[in-house]
Amino acid sequence: MNVDRITEKLNILADAAKYDVSCASSGSKRKNENKGLGNASNGICHSYTEDGRCVSLLKILLTNHCIFDCAYCVSRKSNDIQRAAFTVQEVVDLTINFYRRNYIEGLFLSSGIFKDADYTMERLVRIAKKLRTEHNFNGYIHLKSIPGASDELMNEAGLYADRLSVNLEMPTEAGLKLLAPDKNQADMIKPMGYLKNAIIQRAEEKKLFKKAPIFAPAGQSTQVIIGATPESDSEVLQSANYFYKNFNLKRVYYSGYVPVLADSRLPALNTSVPMVRENRLYQADWLMRFYGFNVNEIVNDSQPHLDLDIDPKLGWAIRNMQAFPVDVNKADLQMILRVPGIGLQSAQKIVSARKFAKLNWDQLKKIGVALNRAKYFITCKSNEFERRDLTGSNIKQFILATSQSKYLKNTQVQLNLF
Amino acid sequence: MMTTLIYDGTFEGLLTAVFEVYDRRLDRVNLQKTDLGTDALFEDKLQVITNEARANRVLKGLKQKISSMGVQRLYAAHLAEMDSDANSLLGYIRYAFDSVLNIEEDYGNRFVMRVSEIVRMVRREKHRMEAFVRFQKLKDDTFYAGVEPDFNVLPLLIRHFKSRYADQKWIIYDLRRKYGLYYDLHDTQYISLDFANVGKPADVIAAFTEDEGIYQHLWKNYFTSVNIPSRKNTKLHVRHIPKRYWKHLTEKI
Repeated sequence: MNVDRITEKLNILADAAKYDVSCASSGSKRKNENKGLGNASNGICHSYTEDGRCVSLLKILLTNHCIFDCAYCVSRKSNDIQRAAFTVQEVVDLTINFYRRNYIEGLFLSSGIFKDADYTMERLVRIAKKLRTEHNFNGYIHLKSIPGASDELMNEAGLYADRLSVNLEMPTEAGLKLLAPDKNQADMIKPMGYLKNAIIQRAEEKKLFKKAPIFAPAGQSTQVIIGATPESDSEVLQSANYFYKNFNLKRVYYSGYVPVLADSRLPALNTSVPMVRENRLYQADWLMRFYGFNVNEIVNDSQPHLDLDIDPKLGWAIRNMQAFPVDVNKADLQMILRVPGIGLQSAQKIVSARKFAKLNWDQLKKIGVALNRAKYFITCKSNEFERRDLTGSNIKQFILATSQSKYLKNTQVQLNLF
Repeated sequence: MMTTLIYDGTFEGLLTAVFEVYDRRLDRVNLQKTDLGTDALFEDKLQVITNEARANRVLKGLKQKISSMGVQRLYAAHLAEMDSDANSLLGYIRYAFDSVLNIEEDYGNRFVMRVSEIVRMVRREKHRMEAFVRFQKLKDDTFYAGVEPDFNVLPLLIRHFKSRYADQKWIIYDLRRKYGLYYDLHDTQYISLDFANVGKPADVIAAFTEDEGIYQHLWKNYFTSVNIPSRKNTKLHVRHIPKRYWKHLTEKI
C-alpha cells in the first residue's frame, strides 16, 4: 500500500464530500449474518468534528472528477483543484479496516459524475456489492443515487445499500436552473420516485416471505442548500413537506451554504454561514415530523420566514395565544406536544405519570420541562400560574430577557477575533 | 427508629437488603455500602449478609410487580455504583412492592424519577462506549481497546460488541476498574490483565500489527479533512466529546 498516495486521496476526497451533511446511520435493521462483520441496527456517532458535527460514516467521494459545473460545488468542472479517484479495492479496504477498529458505522459513498450517470452509478453499486457479497459486511451503507441512472442500477443499489439519497440542492427549480445549469429537477426526482415504489413493494414482499431480501431498509433522504439562493423559509419548508409526503423521505437535510467559490450568482466569499437559520429550519422540520404540526402553521404567506430570535414552536404559540393555557393534567398528548419547553420525552412522561397523580411544578421540572418557557402556557396542580393577561410579544420579551442565546454568545466570540 | 443497613454493594446484596426490610418489618431505613462508623443515638445498625436464595426470592417477587424491562433498568441503575443513591433503588423497590399497580411510569414519585435519571446517565455512558471504543490490532489478530467509563458499563456492552464484531477476537479493558471483556470468536468472558509485565498499558503499542499505525494515521487525516473551519463550534464539540475521553480516542491524541 502506498501510504502517501492513499493519504492524499483520502484528504482530497473526504474534503470534497464534507459539504454533504447527512451522516445518519440509524433506521436500518440489518443484522450480522453467518458470523460476518458488523450490523446496522442503531445509529452511533463515533466522533465529532471541531465544528460539532457528527462523524458516523466514512464519507467520501469515489472521485471528484466531474462533468457538471454547478456553481455551489467545490468539485465543479471549471474549478481549478486537485483531482483524485479511489479504486474499488481502496474504498473496500478503508471501510473494512476503519470499521474493525470501531471508527465508523459504515460507508457513505458519493461521487462526481464522470462520463455519464450510469457509468458512475455502476461503480458505486460495485463497491457496495463487493462489501456485502465478498466481505460479508453488514455495516451501514449510504449510496448517492446519481440523477439519470437507470432503474436497473437503482434496483441493484437498493439491494446492497441501507439508504439512498439524491440531493435536490436548491429548494426550487428556479434556483437550480440558476446555479446548476447542467442539472434538471426531473432527472433528480426520477430515481427517487423509482426507489419510493420499489421500497414499498419490497416491504410488502418481506411481510409475505420472511426470506425476501431487505431493500434500502433505511429509506431515502435528500439535502437542500440554504442561503445560496434567495428562497424564503416558507418555500424551503413547503418543498421539504412536498418530498416527505410524496416520496416518503426519511429525512430532508438543510445545509447552510459555506462560501467556497467566488461567483457573481452566489453570496460573497466572506459571507458567514447561516447557522442560526439552519438550526431554526431543523427545529421546524422536527415540528412537522414529530410534533404533529402542519407546515402552514409554521410558515405561510403572511409569515414567510422563521423567527431567528426564538424557536418556531414558541413562535407558533405566541401567535396562537387563544390555545393556551393548557392544563397538563388533562390535555391530550397532541396539545401538550405544542407547549413551548415541553419535548417529546417530557410529554410522554407527563401523560404516563398523571395516571398515578396530578403533577405540580416541581415534578414537571424534574421530568425535564423547560419551565422558563412553559410556565406562560400551562397550568398544573398548583395555585400559582401566570395570571397576568400577557400578549404574545410580552412573553417573547420576558423569555428573551431571561435566557441566554447560544448564538449571541457565539457571535461575540467571533467578533473578538478581529 | 432509623435502621442503617450495610451491604456489600452488589445487586444481590441490594435485593437481600430488601428481604431484610420486609422480614424484620423495618420502616425507616438507610442503606449504605460501607460502615461510616457513626453511632447516632436513635439508630440501629444491621449488617446485610448477601444471600443468593433470598435475593432470588426478592427478584422473583419483583418480576410480578414490574416488567422485565423494569428489572433490567434497575440493574443498569445499580451499575452506576452511586453510593448516595442506594436508597433511591431501595425506595423504588419498596414502592413497587407496596403498590397494587405497576409503578414504572409514575414519574411524579421521587424514587421512580431518580431511578429514571440514573438509568439515563448509565445508558448514555454505555452508548458513549459503543461510540468511543477504539480498537488497535495486535500481532495475534486480537483487537484491543482500553476505556475508562464513568460507570461500570462493561456488562452492558457484551451484546452489542459480540453481535457486531463476530468474526474478530477483541478485548475491551476497563483500566480504572481493572477488568475487561474478551471475545474469542465463540464466547465472551471477563478477564484481568497484568500490565505489570509490560510496564504500562501504552506498551501494547509494541504488539501492534504493521498496518495498525497506517490506519491510525489515515483515520486522523480523515478526521481533520472532514472538519469545516468556517463552522467552528468548540463548545458543541466538547459537549459531544468531553475532554476526559480524549486520551483513548485515536483522532484526539
